[in-house]
Amino acid sequence: MNTPDYRRIVRDGLWDNNVVFAQMLALCPLLAVTSTATNGLGLGLATSFVMIVSALVISVLRTQITPEVRIPVFVLLIAAIVTLVDMAMNAWLHELHKVLGLFIPLIVTNCAILGRAESFASRQPVLPSLVDGATMGAGFTAALVVLGAVREITGSGTLFANASLLLGETFGFLELTIIPDYRGFLLMVLPPGGFLATGFLLAGKRLLDARAKRREVVVGAPVHG
Amino acid sequence: MSTPAIPSYRKRVGYHATFLGIIALLSSAALVIGNLRTQDEIALRHLEDMQASLSQVIPATLHDNAPLHEVARLPAPFGMRASEVEVYRAARNGEIAAVAFRITAPNGYSGPIQLIMGVDRDGRVLGVRVLSHAETPGLGDKIEVARSPWIRGFDGLSLADTPREEWRVKKDGGRFDQFTGATITPRAVVGAVHEGLQFFQRHRDALLAPLPKAGVESAK
Repeated sequence: MNTPDYRRIVRDGLWDNNVVFAQMLALCPLLAVTSTATNGLGLGLATSFVMIVSALVISVLRTQITPEVRIPVFVLLIAAIVTLVDMAMNAWLHELHKVLGLFIPLIVTNCAILGRAESFASRQPVLPSLVDGATMGAGFTAALVVLGAVREITGSGTLFANASLLLGETFGFLELTIIPDYRGFLLMVLPPGGFLATGFLLAGKRLLDARAKRREVVVGAPVHG
Repeated sequence: MSTPAIPSYRKRVGYHATFLGIIALLSSAALVIGNLRTQDEIALRHLEDMQASLSQVIPATLHDNAPLHEVARLPAPFGMRASEVEVYRAARNGEIAAVAFRITAPNGYSGPIQLIMGVDRDGRVLGVRVLSHAETPGLGDKIEVARSPWIRGFDGLSLADTPREEWRVKKDGGRFDQFTGATITPRAVVGAVHEGLQFFQRHRDALLAPLPKAGVESAK
């Protein structure tokens, strides 16, 4: 494959091969953090950034890395990148770091980044790897935000609470109270709620996929030229 | 997939070891450079944060010195990690009006919680703020003043008007609210604030001793 199929990569990252809903990776930080949509967005953005940078570095080094030492090399590189991001944000984006700081060390434990390094960036040229990193990151962020939103609405009746802490005052309008005077449903805020919500969302995605497939058959699976 | 033939030298153990070593060296070099480039900036940011939280726990109207430069060191109470506590003394006309110090709640849900609290001459809490913590996002982080007004509940309390058995969360029979889904975090904070007030009580005389004249001048 000399000309990488970018449309395929984007589709894979966002839907078909979504980190959470298809590969079932990164569930540890996912369940820990997505008690609100804002937290999910924060972790998603930080993870995407690390994913893009690690895709770049590993793709540049891909011809030098041998299969025998690839895992320690990936882990080293990813850990170094995460630490650098952490330090740089602490120094120059201090306000953001105060909010996101909690999540950044969690990124090292994210097997999705290692997974992409192993299965994509170490085999593909730089540009496709960057696109893959960006869309996988976007897919992960979307999954986190959706899951966070579901848990936040059912668990505490709000949506994007504290978004202005993360994104600045201009995004204060995102903070919604969906269910006024909600007593709260603790189960959804705690980790078990994360499992439940993930399960339902997974089932939903399968349903959508199955329906799309059925429709294709009904229409007669067009022989597109 | 056109995998180019791997040159034979890359199959040797020596190559793997050297390559891994080089990557380790490069990563640590990058980290060292990053640390050198950022450490001053980070220290500065922390100082600003400290100044900001200090001004939240001691109202600026109470003092005319720079409490961050008026530091008294005292042995830490039992249960805290650090061996001594830095006490920032806010003075007006050389007389101590209030003090602020860092306390640690060692028994947070996920590790110690660092707090700063301000206490006035009479042993009343002026304010408590969280400096750093690793509590569960969305549950335990309601101890941050930006997320919940809970921590303001300590303002104005003192050992004199709140008996020992009320320094607990409601679940344990005290007067402080716990959070939905997080009792351990507020319990730890309440315990630490109580500890802090006892600490102030024990060292009251030393802390409230008037500043030496030289100290006043250096602060000007």
